[in-house]
Amino acid sequence: MNTPLLSVDHLVKRYGDTTVVNDLSFHIQPGECLGVIGPNGAGKTTSLRMCLGLSEPDSGSIAYFGGQQMPQDALAIKAQLGVVAQMDTLDPDFTAEENLLVFGRYFGLPDATIRERIPKLLEFAALSHKAKAKPGELSGGMKRRLSLARALINQPRLLMLDEPTTGLDPQARHLMWERLQLLLQEGKSILLTTHFMDEAERLCSRLLVLDQGRKIAEGTPRDLIAQHLEPEVVEVFGQGAVALAQEASLKALAQRIEVSGETVFFYTHDSRSLLAALQAWPALRTLHRPSNLEDLFLKLTGRQIREEG
Amino acid sequence: MSQIQNNIWAAPRLSMRWWPVFQRNWLVWKKLAIPSLVGNIAEPLMWLVAFGYGLGSLVGQIELGGEKVPYILFLASGSICMSAMNAATFEALYSAFSRMHVQKTWDGIMNAPVRLDDVVLAEMLWSAFKSLFTVTAILGVMLALGISHSWKLLVAWPVLLGVGITFSCMALIFNALAKGYDFFTYYFTLFLTPMMFLSGIFFPRDQLPPIVRAIADWLPLSVAVDLVRPLFMDRWPDQPVRHVLVLAVFAVVAFWIALALTRKRFRS
Repeated sequence: MNTPLLSVDHLVKRYGDTTVVNDLSFHIQPGECLGVIGPNGAGKTTSLRMCLGLSEPDSGSIAYFGGQQMPQDALAIKAQLGVVAQMDTLDPDFTAEENLLVFGRYFGLPDATIRERIPKLLEFAALSHKAKAKPGELSGGMKRRLSLARALINQPRLLMLDEPTTGLDPQARHLMWERLQLLLQEGKSILLTTHFMDEAERLCSRLLVLDQGRKIAEGTPRDLIAQHLEPEVVEVFGQGAVALAQEASLKALAQRIEVSGETVFFYTHDSRSLLAALQAWPALRTLHRPSNLEDLFLKLTGRQIREEG
Repeated sequence: MSQIQNNIWAAPRLSMRWWPVFQRNWLVWKKLAIPSLVGNIAEPLMWLVAFGYGLGSLVGQIELGGEKVPYILFLASGSICMSAMNAATFEALYSAFSRMHVQKTWDGIMNAPVRLDDVVLAEMLWSAFKSLFTVTAILGVMLALGISHSWKLLVAWPVLLGVGITFSCMALIFNALAKGYDFFTYYFTLFLTPMMFLSGIFFPRDQLPPIVRAIADWLPLSVAVDLVRPLFMDRWPDQPVRHVLVLAVFAVVAFWIALALTRKRFRS
């Protein structure tokens, strides 16, 4: 095993009586993309803030690059990190170019070095034609990509992305994923938090599932699905679908049944006989698909809406 | 865990990393300098013209330390201190708050290797610098109007930078406490406006009742006026060490409090 870029051990954070992060441990190896998923209020952002030294843990340790401690060595660590926060913090008064220049100076980089990097970064972010545009003139996707380019100005060893595609339309999201995949191919390491299971599936080599401040599962997306779920799902919906959940003949054909709203989910190892049996209800609509991360997420964290967040 | 960060009252940890933050503000300001400068000097000059020439013609001369001086000189030498105070205060309240709270510029900066302490220092120095810039422009107009031609005004210049620093530090305390822009109205109406009338800008402080006078003598704006006014009159101030010390104590204590409260604000 290589030295991990980041190891988090037994991290705890409390606000008053509430424990928002509870004995969390994980690590990131070089070249890895680790995804942190969990419902609102699971402690994702709080954990990330502690890793960035913006919030102080009540106990536990956060070590980077084989020995540097957060928050004691915060400046040395941040010199090698690239951060894209959930909210854009681009300077509205500066052009895209100036945003990169000014941000590079915070790292103590000489202007000449930064100016040399700017065109490449803008090209990477597909923003070369917007070098002179201010953030107000950019679309949501462009702003996110400019934030990503800005986070790369110091050629970081590890990227920390907090919900990098929240609020973007599908085109912008796919373009962002492409860029992140390029970075991973170049051997960059990424820690990202996300709400989107397709994003996690596409980008992450390993996932961490948080709920109520605890790690409840960890592994590659495929392994997690294989470990926790039946491989196939049949969704049934339409008038009277919910009653099927109590139907003894169908119950025998599925390993697990879930009801959510007006839809019944049959989880099974082999759907053929189930699908045949469902022919008896021609008025109902069915959707047959392999189980995915979203199913896993909902199984582990429940289907009810979380009020906080 | 590090005890250093636990204690918001720990000594400031300052480094040269404040410079790129200052530079950032400078780069923004360069784009808006002319309209901002017009706004900053137009108002003080209106006060000067309206009160100095208007009221001045009624008041005539004012007796000051056994010397009679024209009211316009009396007013100009006081109001330049008020301008330094106002310019620094506006920048360290409204503009710093926009950067800190509204635009989240500070959050972005702190994802780079820059400490909060250095960000606060940069904002303080930037506000002081901006106030010096305003003051310089007003001094230029005063020279052109022939209000004073003393070469001692060269000394007034760094003194006014000090006044800007002191008031920037004080304003940053309120910046750290603010939930929104409306909060700053309290600072202006409860602190700055009374200070403006108690510090001998429009009339000599010996007109004040003795008790009020005794307190007013220790106000940072009074001290600033006591330092700057004699320089306009081509004289050296009495008790310069005392006055500079008072300003310095206000600046250091206010900066420390501002830093502690800002750390508290950012700690969660």
